[in-house]
Parts: sequence; structure tokens; C-alpha cells
Amino acid sequence: MSKYYLNYLDELESEAIYVLREVYAKFQNPVILFSGGKDSIVVTQLAKKAFHPANIPFKLLHVDTGHNFPETINFRDNLVKSLDVSLLVGLVQESIDTGRVAEEKGKNATRNALQITTLLDTIESNQIDCAIGGARRDEEKARAKERFFSHRDDFGQWDPKNQRPELWNLFNSKHFQGEHFRVFPISNWTEMDVWNYILREKIEIPSLYLAHEREVIWRNNSWIPVSEHLIMDESEKVVKKKIRFRTLGDITITGGIESDADTLEKVIAEVSVMRQTERGNRADDKRSETAMEDRKKQGYF
Amino acid sequence: MDTEKNQLLRFTTAGSVDDGKSTLIGRLLYDSKSIFEDQIQAVEKTSERKGHEGIDLALFTDGLRDEREQGITIDVAYRYFTTPKRKFIIADTPGHIQYTRNMVTGASTANAAIILIDARNGVIEQTKRHSFIASLLQISHIIVCVNKMDLVEYDEKRFNEIVHEYEELSSKMLVKDVQYIPISALKGDNVVNRSENMNWYMGAPLLHTLETLHISSDLNKVDARFPVQTVLRPQKEGYHDYRGYAGRIASGIFRPNDEITVLPSGFTSKITSIHCDSKEIKEAYAPMSVAMTLEHEIDISRGDMIVKSQNQPDCEQDIEIMICWLNNKPAMPRAKYSIMHTTNEQKAMIKEVLYKININTLDREYDDKELNMNDICKVKIRTTKPLMIDPYRKNRITGSLILIDDQTNETVAAGMIV
Repeated sequence: MSKYYLNYLDELESEAIYVLREVYAKFQNPVILFSGGKDSIVVTQLAKKAFHPANIPFKLLHVDTGHNFPETINFRDNLVKSLDVSLLVGLVQESIDTGRVAEEKGKNATRNALQITTLLDTIESNQIDCAIGGARRDEEKARAKERFFSHRDDFGQWDPKNQRPELWNLFNSKHFQGEHFRVFPISNWTEMDVWNYILREKIEIPSLYLAHEREVIWRNNSWIPVSEHLIMDESEKVVKKKIRFRTLGDITITGGIESDADTLEKVIAEVSVMRQTERGNRADDKRSETAMEDRKKQGYF
Repeated sequence: MDTEKNQLLRFTTAGSVDDGKSTLIGRLLYDSKSIFEDQIQAVEKTSERKGHEGIDLALFTDGLRDEREQGITIDVAYRYFTTPKRKFIIADTPGHIQYTRNMVTGASTANAAIILIDARNGVIEQTKRHSFIASLLQISHIIVCVNKMDLVEYDEKRFNEIVHEYEELSSKMLVKDVQYIPISALKGDNVVNRSENMNWYMGAPLLHTLETLHISSDLNKVDARFPVQTVLRPQKEGYHDYRGYAGRIASGIFRPNDEITVLPSGFTSKITSIHCDSKEIKEAYAPMSVAMTLEHEIDISRGDMIVKSQNQPDCEQDIEIMICWLNNKPAMPRAKYSIMHTTNEQKAMIKEVLYKININTLDREYDDKELNMNDICKVKIRTTKPLMIDPYRKNRITGSLILIDDQTNETVAAGMIV
């Protein structure tokens, strides 16, 4: 075989770097949507590679629901410091306090949908014309139809039936005042690709992804961590379990799985035989068959 | 999976509405164990609700709400699966006539195309259309899957008839590598596992074929082209004189000390270093994303192209292209559009429509010169400044372009330089 070919991880990396450099060249004020999850961490590390030896030319934007894992916030602040980038924070609490959104009530209440308003408000008030996200097409059926450069109208909405065709590697970024783009550099990566890349590049991730002891309750078929934000009913019992998280969202809705995988290698071994999708433990996706599509149309990540 | 060696194969699937395309993709994903339990449960639930017998594999590829309601595919969807040998990306494109643009989109990045033919119907008009698009987009490998063999009693004679019909068709087109596989996506014959119903077939099943397609020689390694995306100028101690030209190698191989020419200016220099991140590399080839430094300080910016001095592309303003019109709004005669070619952006005017291709007969039509949605025509364009071009058949990156309507900002056309 010819030696002039890239293995699949190198090819995915090169594609993502190409996309990030296109963003830098084509937009005035792009940001990276940073959640503290592994996908946005990988995107941030790719941005570091894309512009080396210069600094990452994007700000990080974190939409903070207030229902965070403390580990996530620590991790975020350390990363921002070590990369010497600036951080923008959109506070969902502020959207609630100013009456932009109303908090859901009851035991299954989440702030997930409320993030849409906070995100769009932050995009508008900071005149952001491009938000780079870590979403992947393998995650969910509505995301499978997403473009690398995805257009949002001036209400921040996605129109999946009327998307611009995306050919070769020619990305059309043209937009009118008030509209913006969402760009997804790791569109073509799968969960396994992300893990293999993290391992290969020795990328630091929050300890939450590795198995650890935690106080949890059993709800909707997964282990929900106990926190000050969790509303429990009498039938729910707090137990101590060794768990890890496959995705990180709000602490109130992100379920962990029982696991002994306390190193990256063990996590990868576990993921590769895993028979449930990673978002299977996310209550936000379980609400209906088209939950993600509906939220995305409104402006979700 | 071997992360050090395994390659990525991108393929597209084309077939008419009832050729069983979604079932085939569902079968590939299901039999290669790429579908998770919760997805299988969800599909089982839906299959039952709809009154299907057993599990409806086609439901694995359903996406948007409207598609599920109408039972059709509206837009290109991307699917992923991995085997111990390769990682695969499927561009799942709709089979409807009005969605030619989606197939062009899916085909533009594909190394291989699967063309599905219903064993009962043989080669039909849609087969021609799909094959023509695959050849137009220069997909290197075509795999013709004759599907629903179970409905023709797994008959070898019927399979050979269809192979013959297709050979006649493909002889009129530019396709390099065609393979034929008799399958039943529904029953699982020759998709992942060898069929026991067709012992007369000596070839490999589809998945094995996809795993072993020889793709590393598809890339152009001769014509070194490096479109500059951006210039890196770090505002950091120790880097005040640093200028890195960042981009992705379109084709060919670059090495430090190569004599290069910057186009369109024509300035020459020498490569001093090539790096990716902080790692210095001795050779850079497609599709690597790298940054280069040069011996001389020359004015270089986005849209310029660095090439080896002894092998240069054409610099042209008047260009003949094959064009596929992608938009509802027909092309206006002599209208101006924005044009994107590599990292270069200019204005262009469609000066003349030379002919239209009737994609059902593959004949050239010289009378009808209107460019409507899904039309494929040969046209002459003129750009405001020269573009650095290669013919599309030699170079997919420097030979392709898109047109954008400045009034709507929509991508209205895909062009391939002749």
C-alpha cells in the first residue's frame, strides 16, 4: 500500500482543522460553544492545533444553567487559563430573573430548554456571527442531517427542509445582518472516534467521565447524581455507587452508568462493547421521538 | 480497530424510491452490529405500531418528522459505522427525481457509490441518472447491487442480464471501476454475510468489497497544490517574524526546500518548514492540514495558491464547466453570482449555456438552454479575476466550484471544470 495516505483519525482531525480555519477566515466574531463536555473539549484542542503557534482566535461561550457539576466549572476555568482565551458566560438564571423564560416545575423539571433563550440572547447581544459546536451526526437522527456550516435565521431557527446544499469542501457562510451560523467541525466523528482521539492526544477531560464513587438515586433507568438542585420524592432512595458519565449535561438530568472503568483505556474498552447510545441516559432526549429535532429548530445546540 | 492504519471510506447510495435503499443501509448497520439496543427497541416499537412483520430495517435511517410521516427521505443524511478494517461514512441520498441536487451533494465527497437496481425491473431511467451523476462527480468506484434477488428466485440468468444491461450503459460514461453483487437487503443475502442461496456467485459480499476497495491511489499525488486558508501571525514573544501559511493540501506532495510559486502573483520562494501543530513534518500530502513557512517575505493572503514551480495549474478567467443547478430559482441570463473555488472568492457571470444533458437519454440538447433546478448543463463563465484551476477529472479540489446567489445567499449551483 502507498505510504501517502492518512489513517481515519488523522483524516478526521485534518478535516476539523480545515473547518476551524475556514471559520476564522470567514466570520467577524466566532465563538466556541463550550459545555465542559468531551466533545467541546476536543473541538477546543483542535482549535489550538489549527492556529499554533498563535493563540486560539475564538472566545469560549458557556451557557450556564446554574445546575452544573462543580467539576465541570473547575475544569472550564483551568482550561481557559491555560489556553489564554477569553470566556463568555450566558446565565440561564439571569434569563429566569429577567422574566425571559419561566422555570419548569415539578420533579422532572429541567433547565435544558431554557438554554435556548439564553444562548440566542447571548449570541445577539455579543453580535456573534458564528457559534462553533461539538455536535456530531452520529448522536441523534435530526443531527444526522446537519451541515458543517448550518445557517440560522434572524430568530436563531434551523430550517431542516430548506438547508443549503454542501458540496466538496466549499462552505457557503454568507448571511444577512442578524443571522448567524452554527459550525460543527467534528460532524463526521463518532463517540468512539472522540474517545480514541482523546486517548491518542492525551487530552485532559473532567474526572466525571471516569468511574468514581457518588451518591445517586435510580430514576428513568439511570443513576442520577444527588445535588442541591435535585428534587426527590419519598420513594427515591439515596445510595452510593461507583459510576461514570458518558455525556455531561445538567447535573439534574445527566444519568450515570455503573462502571469500574477508572482509566481512559478501560472507558474505551467499555464504550466499544456498549449496547446503548450515549444519549440514552439523557432525560432531555427521551421526552418524545422528535425531541432533538424540535429543540434544534428553535435554536438549540 | 487499528487506529494507526485503518482508512476512512466515504460512500454514497443511490436507488429509486422502492429499490430498498434504506433497507440496505439498515441491514449494513444492523448486521455489522453498529446499532445500539435502545435504537433497536425504538424501531421495534415503531414497526409494531405500523403493523410490520418483524423489524423494519428501513426505519433505522429515518430522520426528520416529515420523513417518518411520509415514509420518504428528504435530505442527505450521514451514517457511520466501523468494522475492524475500516471506518465508513455513508451519504444517504434520497431517490426522488426532484432531489438530484442531494445526490450531487452526497456524491461530491464520496470515494465509492452503491447503485441499487431492483432485480425485477433491471436498469431503468433512474439508474441511468444516478450512474451519470456518479460519473460526472468522478466517483472512482461503482458497486452495482442487484437487489431483491429473493423475488426472482435468486436466478443467475436474471443477474447476468442486468450486468449486461448495465455494462452497455456504463460504456457510455467515464467510470473506472465497476463491480456487481447480487443481494437481498431484506433477507441479508450477500450484504454482510455470504448468501447460501446464490452459490453461483463467486465474488465477495458487499461489506467485504467495501472493506477492501483500493482507495489510497485515488488521490492525486502528482500536482502539488496548496490553497492558502489564512496566515498565522502570532502576537507572542519569540514569534515576531513568524509567518505561517495555513491550509489543507489539495493534491500532490510538498517537502521543505521545494521551489514554489505563489499564484496569482507569480512570486517564487522555497519552503523552509512544514508543521502541523508543533510537530515539524518532512512530507505533506493530501488531505493534510498544515502550516508552511517560506524563505522570503512575500505578500500572500487567503485565496492565493502555493504550487511547485515546475508544475502549475492554469490561471483562467474564461472557464468551461459542467454545472448542476441546485435552486428553485432558474439561472438568469448573464446574471452575476458569487463564486467559491478553493479558498478563493470572486464574482462570476454565466456567459453562455452550451448545451443541456438529458439525463434520461444522456443526449446533448442544444435548443433548451434554460438552467432550472436539477438541470445539468455545460456552460461558459467569466470571473472577475483569474482562478487557479485544474480539470475536475484530475483534481477534485482545484477542479470544483460553487455559485452563490447574492440576493438570497443560497448555494445555487455546483460546477466541475472541464
